[in-house]
Amino acid sequence: MKVDASNPLWRFRGITSTAMFFFAYLYLPIVVLIALSFNENRLATIWTGFTMDWYVTALSNDDMLRAAQNSIVVAISATVLATIAATLAAMGMSRGRFKGEAGVSAMLVLPLLVPEIVTAIATLLFFVALGIKLGLLTVIIAHTVFCIPFAYLPIRARLEGMDPALVEAANDLYANDWKAFRRVTLPLLWPGILSGAMLSFIISLDDFVISYFVGGAGATTLPIYIFGMIRIGITPEVNAVSAMMLIVSIVFVSISFMIDRIRY
Amino acid sequence: MGNLIRSKRFWLVAPAVVYIGFFMAVPLLQMAYVSMLERGDYGGVNWGVFSMDAYISFIFERDLMDNLVVNTDYLEIFARSFGLSAMTTVFALLLGFPTAFYISTQPQSRRNFLIFLVTIPFWTNILVRNYAWMLLLRNGGLIDGALNWMGIETGGLDVLYTPYAVSIGLTYTYLPFMVLPIYASLEKLDHRLVEAAFDLGADKRRAMSRVILPLAAPGIAAGSILVFIPCLGAYVTPELLGGGKFMMIANLIGSQFGAARNWPLGAGLGFVLLALVLISMMVYSFKFKSLPEESR
Repeated sequence: MKVDASNPLWRFRGITSTAMFFFAYLYLPIVVLIALSFNENRLATIWTGFTMDWYVTALSNDDMLRAAQNSIVVAISATVLATIAATLAAMGMSRGRFKGEAGVSAMLVLPLLVPEIVTAIATLLFFVALGIKLGLLTVIIAHTVFCIPFAYLPIRARLEGMDPALVEAANDLYANDWKAFRRVTLPLLWPGILSGAMLSFIISLDDFVISYFVGGAGATTLPIYIFGMIRIGITPEVNAVSAMMLIVSIVFVSISFMIDRIRY
Repeated sequence: MGNLIRSKRFWLVAPAVVYIGFFMAVPLLQMAYVSMLERGDYGGVNWGVFSMDAYISFIFERDLMDNLVVNTDYLEIFARSFGLSAMTTVFALLLGFPTAFYISTQPQSRRNFLIFLVTIPFWTNILVRNYAWMLLLRNGGLIDGALNWMGIETGGLDVLYTPYAVSIGLTYTYLPFMVLPIYASLEKLDHRLVEAAFDLGADKRRAMSRVILPLAAPGIAAGSILVFIPCLGAYVTPELLGGGKFMMIANLIGSQFGAARNWPLGAGLGFVLLALVLISMMVYSFKFKSLPEESR
């Protein structure tokens, strides 16, 4: 056995096996779900053969497609609004300290602190009190709120690592604020903005609880549709739709992480 | 000049802050207000008619003679939520700490990849993740089938729609929140310190309790709070894996806006849940932010 003095793993026997168990526990359900979505057998969890039929059935289901379309409309709208607000906020917060900064920071991450169910019912009550009809618009408004911190944090992190002297230099060279932003800040910042936007998109696409309460009858998003299907029963079509959602999320997050690692 | 910069920054942060303020902070305040109103006869609320019924009905109910009698149904749901959340935090710690420690001993490039693997499930749909556990846990599902195949007659596993299933699902859902902060505190751990402890005659237990655990403590505290708090507000897992039979606080709140149609009670319960969360956050930050920098 190789003994590495700087690696104490060999001292503690259970550690490696627990970590292996951890990763198995984390990925077993995901792998099983994706595998079963290709399983020919309609009823049991026994593998009887490979098929794409369930994907074909799912993708030719009009209700499902409408729900998916709603989800995409909501996610794109919320992402655009949240990313713009978050980019501006990150730039405002980046240069030095100011009075009330702690309060502003707290406000920007407030959506992460409040339990989802509380946000959901508070927003529902708010729309009802204002007499705003529940629908896609209310879902977009509510999604934008919780997308802001997800977009804000990566953009802020990117700005932290940026040399403020670059913008000052641009200003010294007679660039106005807009030009300095357009020609200096933005080219350096875009990986953060894109990464934040992709995280917002995925968080919005995946949201269930808030959409469920503020959506009303006309705004069935894909997760709400899936929830309805699960309620009725476990079917291969649910497996296929779920597997597609999983894969979309995993692809988006992977891309977002890769973008985030682009150097300055 | 200073004023100008300040005002420019004000306009930069304003859209996000005003947006969150108007569509989140105001609704939360309004929720507290609604909790003190009278419920409408057919759902909704009677605006402007004050009543403390929501908070009274949390503990009492009116019997046929219109007397207040203690009703522990809601308290039971709160107790169950606390119990399940505490249990989940312990499970997550038992699994998460060794994993974080393992990751911290790996070479840098491998660490980044493993951390990435830990975070991926967080970004996937929570319904889908819990649904996957339904596939695994149900009678005739994968685990049941595997046990039968190995010759262990389960006669039906009967674990889906029990608190055990809810607990497994909650642990699964919130596990990454335990690993990440513990890893962050162990990342800086110089493993030669552990070796030095052994050289100086410490056994495994002492090396763990005197060297590793004190260094990991802030991470463990942060992880525990990051698992416990969202657990307390979990909605999807009890709904799917508990089959609606084992309500937690969030399901109770949700049901007030569905079949039960008692909005003030729902708002009151929501307010109580929010208060519990904010208080635990404050206790946590008070306890840990006030420590000197080196001991963190």
